[in-house]
Parts: sequence; C-alpha cells; structure tokens
Amino acid sequence: MPPGVFQNMTFARKKIVWAYIFLAIPIVFFAYIRVYPALFAFQMSLHDYNPLAAEQPYVGLENYERLFEQLGKRKSQTKSAFQNTINYVLLGVPIQLCLALAIALMLNEIRVMSTLYRIMFFLPFVTSTIAIAWVFRMLYQPRFGLFNVILQLVSLPQQPFLRSTQQALPSVLALVIWQGMGFAIIIFLAGLKQIPRTYYEAAEVDGASRWHTFRYITFPLLNPSIVYLLVLQSISFLRMFAPVIAMTEQGRGGPLDSTVTVVLQTYREAFQSFNMGYASSLTVVLFALILGVTIIQLSVTSRRIN
Amino acid sequence: MAQSITPSNIFRDQGRVTAVGRASDDWKYKFFSYLLLTMIAFTMIVPFLWMISTSFKPESEILRRNVFPQEPTLDNYSDVINKTDLPLWYKNSFIVAVMSTVSVAFFDSLAGYVFAKYNFPGKRPIFIIFLTSLMVPTEMLLIPWFIMSSNPPIGATWVDTYWGIAFPGVITASGIFLMRQFMQGVPDELLDAGRIDGVSEFGLYWRVAVPLSLPAIGALCIFNFLGNWNAFIWPLIATTRSEMFTLPVGIQQFSSEADTPWNLIMTGASLSVVPLLIVVIIFQRYIIEGIALTGLKG
Repeated sequence: MPPGVFQNMTFARKKIVWAYIFLAIPIVFFAYIRVYPALFAFQMSLHDYNPLAAEQPYVGLENYERLFEQLGKRKSQTKSAFQNTINYVLLGVPIQLCLALAIALMLNEIRVMSTLYRIMFFLPFVTSTIAIAWVFRMLYQPRFGLFNVILQLVSLPQQPFLRSTQQALPSVLALVIWQGMGFAIIIFLAGLKQIPRTYYEAAEVDGASRWHTFRYITFPLLNPSIVYLLVLQSISFLRMFAPVIAMTEQGRGGPLDSTVTVVLQTYREAFQSFNMGYASSLTVVLFALILGVTIIQLSVTSRRIN
Repeated sequence: MAQSITPSNIFRDQGRVTAVGRASDDWKYKFFSYLLLTMIAFTMIVPFLWMISTSFKPESEILRRNVFPQEPTLDNYSDVINKTDLPLWYKNSFIVAVMSTVSVAFFDSLAGYVFAKYNFPGKRPIFIIFLTSLMVPTEMLLIPWFIMSSNPPIGATWVDTYWGIAFPGVITASGIFLMRQFMQGVPDELLDAGRIDGVSEFGLYWRVAVPLSLPAIGALCIFNFLGNWNAFIWPLIATTRSEMFTLPVGIQQFSSEADTPWNLIMTGASLSVVPLLIVVIIFQRYIIEGIALTGLKG
C-alpha cells in the first residue's frame, strides 16, 4: 500500500462524517416537519378526527365517501368549493399568462423607461395579499368604491361586484390576476432573452411579418417558460385562500358560497367546525389535483419538445 | 429553465431584436406599446394611490367620492398606532421574518453546500426526499402542524409563540436546491487547497463557500423575508391572541367589528405595504434578476 492512500481514506471518511453532521438538523427537520405531517394528514383523513373529542375513531374511507357524496349533490358547500377552484384555475391562468406575455413582448421592445415599467408591474407581486385584497374590496364597494365612481363618470349602470353571486368570483379573480402578473412578466422576459437573435435576423431576411415571427419563432422557443408558468400558476390558483377570506363577508367565501375555494373550505371545516378528519380528506384530494396538474403538464411538454 | 442566464446580460441589452429593418411600421408599434404599457402601469399603481389617499382622509370623507383628501389628517395613523395592536403586529412580523431568514440563510446554504461538494452514502435518496417535499402543498400540513403545535415535543405549547409561527419555514427545500446550484460553482481546487492548509470543514463552508455565494444567499434572503412578511394562512392558525398576530393576520381581524373601518384598514395596509415597497424599489434590480435567475416565487 503506497503511503498516503490510508491518509486519503480517513480523509474521505472524515468528509462523510462531516457531511452527516452538517445535514443532521435539516434531515431531522424534514423528517419531522415535512414528511411526518404529510403521512399524519393521510392517517387523519381515515379518522373521525375532532381535537376536542375524547376519542378519534378510525372510520376507514368514510370521510372520502362523504366528500364524494357532497360532490354528487346538486348543491353543497364542498361542491361549490371545488367548482369555484376549478373556475379560478381555468379562467385565471390563461388570462394572466396571455396578459403577461403581451406585456413582456412590448417591454422587450422598448428601451426608454423600461426599468420604470418593470418596477410598476412588479410591485403588486411583492405586496401583502391580505392588505391589497382589502384595498380592492374597498374599490369594489357600491357608491364610494372607485370602480363604481368610474362607471358613474362614464354614465354606465352601477355594479354590485362582490355583493352579487355572479360577479363576485370574477371580481376576486381580477385581483389575483392583477397581483400575480408581475412574476409571469419577469419569467417571460428572461425566456425572451434566451432566444438567439440570429433567428430573428433570419426571419427578417425572409421578410416574415411580426405575427409570423411570433407564431413560428418566439412562441415555440418560449415553450419552456410557458410550461413552467402554467404549472406554477395553476398550483397557486388551486391553493387560493387569502384573497377570498379578505374580500368576502366575514371571510365566508360568499355571497352564497359563490367564491369559496377548497382551501377556504378546508380551513373552515378544520378550524371552525373542528372536523379535522374530513378537512384532511379535502387536502388529500387537493394534493392529488396538484400532482395531477404537474404530471399532465410535464408529460405534455416533454412530448412537444420531442 | 433559466439557469444559463447570467445576471449581467439580462438587463444590459434591452433586446432590440425584432426591430432592425422595419423602420416603416416600427414607430407605430412603439407608440402603441408605450401607450398600452402606460395605461397598464397606471392600473398597477392606482390601488396603491387609493390606499394611501384614503389613509389620510378624515372619517367623514370616506363615503364621498373625492380622490384626494380635502382636509388631509394624520388622525388615522395616530388611531391605528395608539388604539390598536398594530405596533405589536409590526414587531411580530419583523421578528418572525428575521428569525426564519437568518435560519434559512444558514441552514439552506450549508445543506446546499453539502449536496454540491460532498459525496456520501445516501446522498441521492436524501436529496430526493427533500425535493419531493416541495410537491406536498403546505395546506395539507396545516392541520398536523396545528395538532403538533398544541402538543409539542418541547415546551407546553407552540401556539402564540414566535417559534410556533416561524417553524414551518426555518429550512426550505427550494432554498437548498437553489444553493446547491450555486455552490456547484465553487472551485474544488480552492477547497482542497484549504484542506491542505488545515482549514476545518466548517471553515471551508464559512470562509470559502459562503463568500463566493453571497449574491445567491442575498437573493434567497430577500425572497424569504418577503415571503414571511406576507405569510398569512399559517400565522392565522398559529396565533390566537391579538398581541401575537402578524401584520396580515391583524389587518384581516380589523373587520371583525360590526362595520368596516375603511380609513383604519387602509392606514394599516399602507403601514404594512409602503415600507416594504420602498425597500423593494431600492433592491428591485437584485430582486428581479433573482426571480429571472432562479424562478423562485417569494
């Protein structure tokens, strides 16, 4: 054995020991604060879990049966929660991404003041959702709210906004789209910078129109950014909670459950009615939805790139 | 997806890529771009202006339709500061955000350093477990966390304590992943040279790896501070007494009284939003580059 090998071995072993020492706290943390609670949530969903009761009896899949029974009814709070959440995703994500893409394309072409615009589009994103949702709630008020003041100035009829079962959901959605757009704009701008300039020069030589350049160069090459944002924004719309609790009467997701979301429903079941077992089954279904969205969107992309 | 962008080239050239030879319609396109962008930018700041303007209005002017206060007053500010727990909420938000940011800066960078620079049995499975925890939505963990907080392994209860509000975020998987990417750029030769000179393994992290990754750690700190400052759902569950509320929870509770004190809510909102906006404007370059670079979401 040449000299030095033994030394190197202990050296390598020492490094392994140090690696575990450095990782000890993070490993314990993830095991206890992330992994164990996730398993606990699954387990809870199989129990009639009420923290105030003496016992938490095992009920098998009863919570899930109740959940699907509620979904099967013509009208129930759980059903509204799921329907609204899906509406938020299906309306919110495409509108937000189309607006953000249009803005990013315009920002990408201008030089003067582009930093100023960027900051202005970006400010809502770093603002507290609760604070700004209350501001929007005031803007939506009848009579003195800014939106109704503007409607009156241009002689249009006053609108109830958050007080109408039809308009409440789009009103909440408008705030969420407004607030999250800055993030999507920044990701799109970073994606646009990635596209090699030579492609545009070639298109120019061929006399391609702006629309054709967008359709056949920008849009396909922006695909990674689009998919990344589709996944991320779908997940954040699925998890919507703060805007609804801040903008509806007593945080109930009204009027008449027209804005309630799955997470708000979970919060009310768990922390107001103490049906923690049933609430856990709601979060498990939410988890499945999020996982499904991620998998579907990732598989669609990998196919398109191939 | 944005890994190969470097901070310097994101902003240096504001990409005049498509406009080279289309001088004829170029100015029209630009004109409409500026017009539209200005209109959209206006809708972005009007809610903030409305919030600030209302915070200076006396109560009698709230229901009137004037945009700016006719008789501006500071009464709302003195009311909010003297008659509500808002100063305490401020302090709580600040303590919780600083606590978790310091912890995240240290533990995330240390774990990222280990995953980037050490080889040890079990490295892959441990890293994969850390990453898959990102797939589990925090909403699923809220109820177990609440049960754990009311009956914790250490202490009597975590409810209504700073640790109780902060603990879910003191180490983050996304931060570890980000730091691992950056720490991979630390040259091995430098670390080995340090080892030969007898620098301890922790010394190598602290005096070589950390100084070389300061920009990334800085970006991580900013996002983490913002995220904690604005965090709502867990602080709502983890606090029951007004003295322990964070700012978002406190602002939400303003409404519980019979009718809505709009001027006080707007004052509270201004106080919670404006200082942060100033900080964000100062660091905007850094923050926007950080998002573009990492795809991190506050």
